[in-house]
Amino acid sequence: MDEQVSAAVRLQGISKRFPGVVANDDIDLMVESGEIHAICGENGAGKSTLMKILYGMQPPDEGRIEVLGEERAFSSPKDAIDVGIGMVHQHFMLADNLTVLENVILGAEPPKGPMIDFAAARSRLEELGEAYGLELDFDDMVEALEVGERQRIEIIKILYRGARILILDEPTAVLVPQEVEELFRNMAELKAEGHTIIFIDHKLDEVLAVADTITVLRQGRSVATVKPQDVTAQDLAELMVGSELPTPETREVTITDRVAVEVENVSAVDEVGVVRLRNVSFEVHCGEIVGVAGVEGNGQAELVEVILGIAPATEGSIRLHGDDVTGWSVRRRREAGLGYIPEDRHRRGLLLPAPVWENSILGHQTRPPFLRSRLWIDEEASKAHAADVVERFDVRTPGVNTQMHALSGGNQQKLVVGREMATRSNPLIAAHPTRGIDVGSQAAVWEDLRRARADGLGVLLLSADLEELIGLSDTLLVMLRGEIVARLDPSRITLRELGAYMTGAAA
Amino acid sequence: MTWRVVRRVVGPPLAAVGLAVLVASLVLAVSGADPFAAFGNVLEYGTRLETLVEAFNRATPLYLSGIAFAIAMRMNLFQIGVEGQYILAAFLAAYVGAGVGALFPPLHVAVILVTAMAVGAAWAGLAGWMKVTRNVHEVISTIMLNAIAVAGVVSFLLGRWKIESETLDTRLGDIPETGWMPSLNPVVELVTREIKRVDLTSFILIAALVGVAYHLIINRTRLGYDLRATGANPWAAEAGGVPPKRTIVLAMLLSGAVAGLVGMADLLGDQHFYSLRFPQGLGFAGIAVALLGRNHAVGAAFAAVAFGWLERASGVLEVRGDAPREIVTIMVGVIILFAVIAYALAQRRARIEAAAAAAAQVGEGPDAVEEMAGAEAEP
Ligand SMILES: Nc1ncnc2c1ncn2[C@@H]1O[C@H](COP(=O)(O)OP(=O)(O)OP(=O)(O)O)[C@@H](O)[C@H]1O
Ligand SMILES: [Mg+2]
Repeated sequence: MDEQVSAAVRLQGISKRFPGVVANDDIDLMVESGEIHAICGENGAGKSTLMKILYGMQPPDEGRIEVLGEERAFSSPKDAIDVGIGMVHQHFMLADNLTVLENVILGAEPPKGPMIDFAAARSRLEELGEAYGLELDFDDMVEALEVGERQRIEIIKILYRGARILILDEPTAVLVPQEVEELFRNMAELKAEGHTIIFIDHKLDEVLAVADTITVLRQGRSVATVKPQDVTAQDLAELMVGSELPTPETREVTITDRVAVEVENVSAVDEVGVVRLRNVSFEVHCGEIVGVAGVEGNGQAELVEVILGIAPATEGSIRLHGDDVTGWSVRRRREAGLGYIPEDRHRRGLLLPAPVWENSILGHQTRPPFLRSRLWIDEEASKAHAADVVERFDVRTPGVNTQMHALSGGNQQKLVVGREMATRSNPLIAAHPTRGIDVGSQAAVWEDLRRARADGLGVLLLSADLEELIGLSDTLLVMLRGEIVARLDPSRITLRELGAYMTGAAA
Repeated sequence: MTWRVVRRVVGPPLAAVGLAVLVASLVLAVSGADPFAAFGNVLEYGTRLETLVEAFNRATPLYLSGIAFAIAMRMNLFQIGVEGQYILAAFLAAYVGAGVGALFPPLHVAVILVTAMAVGAAWAGLAGWMKVTRNVHEVISTIMLNAIAVAGVVSFLLGRWKIESETLDTRLGDIPETGWMPSLNPVVELVTREIKRVDLTSFILIAALVGVAYHLIINRTRLGYDLRATGANPWAAEAGGVPPKRTIVLAMLLSGAVAGLVGMADLLGDQHFYSLRFPQGLGFAGIAVALLGRNHAVGAAFAAVAFGWLERASGVLEVRGDAPREIVTIMVGVIILFAVIAYALAQRRARIEAAAAAAAQVGEGPDAVEEMAGAEAEP
């Protein structure tokens, strides 16, 4: 077969350096037309950077880019879009206060004189949606949508701009299993229509299931390109991080009789008065991990906000270590030891323009050793703490003065997790703690949670990764439409059964 | 600080000033004046001791105004109400200062300063309060409050409280001498010749103190951390325990308190009464100071002195008939414009330079890398 004709994308000798880091080091990548090509690699391996270069967002320092047999030099994503490349980012980029339709056509509005031809846009979108089985209501406001839907918007958005080569950066990280299956169906249909898809993923079984070819990056270099039928997940993990595949399993029981969190008959409504939580009650003991399973949007986010104190409970009470904290501010609750790993690190977890060390004390800035004489932030102690987190949680960064946005997605996540673990917060609300973290570091986070649990940490764990939930939890709660509909023993339940509870098929 | 950092911080404003001189020269040449003669005059006049004293007297309120703006800007509040806050504060402080009669001097000055700060804080706090309770954007509310303060409250009360005077000026009564701040001339004259006609206000020391306090509070305290965190990401700050509403109000109160001091250099060091001729526009000028000084305590000081000097030294243009003094307005505009562009370019260049050096860095061990990353993180 003639390579020149069949290659959709050919990257040769791509190098890219950032202050203190070589993100891409002489990388070659070949993507055949009409294939699904997976890119794997540990956090900070340079995956997002390579894709941004292909999408024209960042110029390479060296190297050649060839698309459909022609050499290209992109100076902006617009150039890449013009030759049929589209990208959905690791962190979505949608305007919350616009409708789905407006978001999709933003920047590529069909003109009708000086006005926008909304009717034409709508019919074109409906066509696209139908052709690829992407279901969306185009008049919804984006802020009200869930991640799965947001992602479909991003995909339609690039198809609308005529993309034939789609780049998806960690598309499954934010999805629950059902949504992942739907995404993979969409990808299969796109492929059947002749599109080429490049996607980044940390979940190796997913990669093996859908990819035609897999390229593994490691420390900025391309270490292997393999076919899924030739390798196992174990082989891939070894190629990526040189270690074995971990499983999230908690064996010995460490539950104590001290109650860390007690939620009693809590109900909550949102701004427009819709009931989001109904009569929720449960306890988390010190030394216990309580998992919360549920399809996204069934009240988990509201539950977290109510415990944290960001949103009020309309009824019921919340206790931390025995104190009734229902009327307490977020700050008081955090000072009482409450730790928080948010589901969206960029929104609730990080100060992107601030240096790593300032991020490493966020949420703990009112306590020693970070605060001296109740007034001064102790920069030295904070930096020492940051260095400790960076070291213990293997956060890849040039230093603690580096700005947060310069870290790769997974390394940002590791800093958030490390911050809450290293400050010995108890109890800990952990929402998707390993989201975007590579398999090697994932094992480390699980190990750390287990160790802290043995030391008396109480954890409320929310996760879209059901294996993680079943493997780590001592008790499993299932949420559906704002209520707790089941309490399960994770050692006696299968993935399939859990799925049935989550959708309300079993009760 | 390494040489590279110094260059990146100081280079852009210097380049901007240079370009502004160039543009002003062109404008002068086009309008038929001789730019060399004009700038020669400005330089000659501007380096006189008296002009320098006047420049520092002008820089003092400009600096405070810049700091007031910067405090709010640090948490992304666009507080453009400094203008109304300082005029209202100066007016009421002048009224109180005159009304209390002669007091023990430090006490009298303190009463006036505290009144001014309280009034400024209250007026700004009102905008903060509207934002947290009614969700009114601070730009809207502060513009409105400016108008209410200047055209409403001050005009109305000045009409009622004015005193008879032989000049045509509408004015309040004089603040007794116990409420004046002393001149710094005797101190300066220890190292220079005698200063004629003008007095260097000792209020400049208070402005310096405010600058130091600003730097410490914003960069070293927990309050400053909360403020900057909210500016960087209000949602994350909230989850980190920063009370969003209280922080907004607090930032506005602090900003307003400093704004209240803006008029004090003139009130305590020069005029000693409030009148219709009280200096106006200092509030808006402060935005330029904060911008050129990049919300930095020292940067703003340089910017304030630069603008103060330009304003004072340019007076000679009109006197000698070289050019209208509006040429200064053009120069200030050009400086701001070019400074903003130059900062952006410098930042970009720094990134490129750092990236180019990164390759060589890889073998050099963590210290070098760390230092470079630190430089990158400089504000
Ligand atoms: N804008 C930037 N400035 C400085 N360094 C950067 C920048 N973007 C990325 N880097 C660095 O380049 C390296 C590669 O980052 P990249 O985002 O490509 O990793 P990744 O493979 O996508 O990782 P992850 O799985 O965590 O998302 C990281 O060390 C990161 O810190
Ligand atoms: Mg990435």
